[in-house]
Amino acid sequence: MLILTCPYCGVAAEETELAPGGEAHLTRFGPGSDDAEFESYLFYRENPKGVHFERWRHANGCGKWFHAARCTNTLEVFGTYPAQTTEPPAALREAISAKRPGWSWRSFSEET
Amino acid sequence: MSEPMTALGGAVYDGVVTVREAPATGMVLLRADLSDSAVQEAVRAVIGLSVPGQRGTAFAGSTGLLWLSPDEMIILGSHAESRARVAALDDALGSAHALVCDVSDARAVFTLEGRGLREILAKLAPVDMAPDRFAPGEVRRTRLAQVAAAFWLRDEASAQVICFRSVAQYVFDLLSDAADPANELRHFPR
Ligand SMILES: [Zn+2]
Repeated sequence: MLILTCPYCGVAAEETELAPGGEAHLTRFGPGSDDAEFESYLFYRENPKGVHFERWRHANGCGKWFHAARCTNTLEVFGTYPAQTTEPPAALREAISAKRPGWSWRSFSEET
Repeated sequence: MSEPMTALGGAVYDGVVTVREAPATGMVLLRADLSDSAVQEAVRAVIGLSVPGQRGTAFAGSTGLLWLSPDEMIILGSHAESRARVAALDDALGSAHALVCDVSDARAVFTLEGRGLREILAKLAPVDMAPDRFAPGEVRRTRLAQVAAAFWLRDEASAQVICFRSVAQYVFDLLSDAADPANELRHFPR
C-alpha cells in the first residue's frame, strides 16, 4: 500500500484517498509548437525502473494536487512537494542522490 | 421562508453507538487564503473565533470553524443565520480575494454518540483512529467506504460526520451497519 504525505493538509494518506495524475513536470506544448513537440507532450512518457516523479491528488481529502518522488522498483517514497513548481526541490534531489547514487530522470539527475 | 428539511428527517440507529442525523445545520463555505491576516481578521470580527491551523477546529456554543485545506474553511452555525453571516463576511472581507457561499443545504450531518465511536469510524475510513493519533479538536477529510466525508470528535463519546446530501442514506446505512452490535470488535480501549 502506497502512503504519501499531502504537503497541504499534512495527512499521511493511503492510496485509496488519492487519485493518480500521471507523470510530473510535463512541458505542455500547445499553439506555436511543432508536431514532434506536441506528439511528445501527448504520448511520450517515462517508464523507469527506479526513481520516478508523479502527480497525485488528495481527492478524498483536501482536494489538492501535489508531486511525489518514489522508486517504482521498491515502492520507497523519497518525498512529496507542492504542485506550484516545475522541478523537484534541491533538498529532495539530494535525498534521492544519497539513496540512489547516479540516478537520472528526464532533465534531472544527481548532478543537477 | 420555507422550512429547512434534512436529508433523512432525523433518522436514528441505536447500536454500539447511536447514529443520529443532526437537525438542519447552517454551513457557510469560505474560500480564501487562510494565512492572510486580512482574512483572519474578518473571520474573527464576524464569527468571534480565530481561524484554526492545519486540520484544526474551533468551537464556541453552536458556532464552529472547520479547517478543510489551506484555502477552504466551513463555518458551522444556526441554519437561519447563515444568509446574514454570508453578507456580514462578504462585507468584512472587503477587497481580500475570497469567496463566501451559503452551503447549508448541500450536506448531511450525523452525530455518533457512545464510547465505541473510534471503532465505527476505523471500520469505514483509512484513518488511524488510535486515541494518540486522532484526538478531539482535529477534523479529518477522508472517505467513508466509497464516498467523501469529514469527521471530528467533540470528545471521546461523541463525534460528528458530514457528507454530501446526495449520499446521506448511503452514509447512514454504512454507519448503522458498522454500529450493529453483531459486528462489534472492541479494538480500542474505552
Ligand atoms: Zn491533503
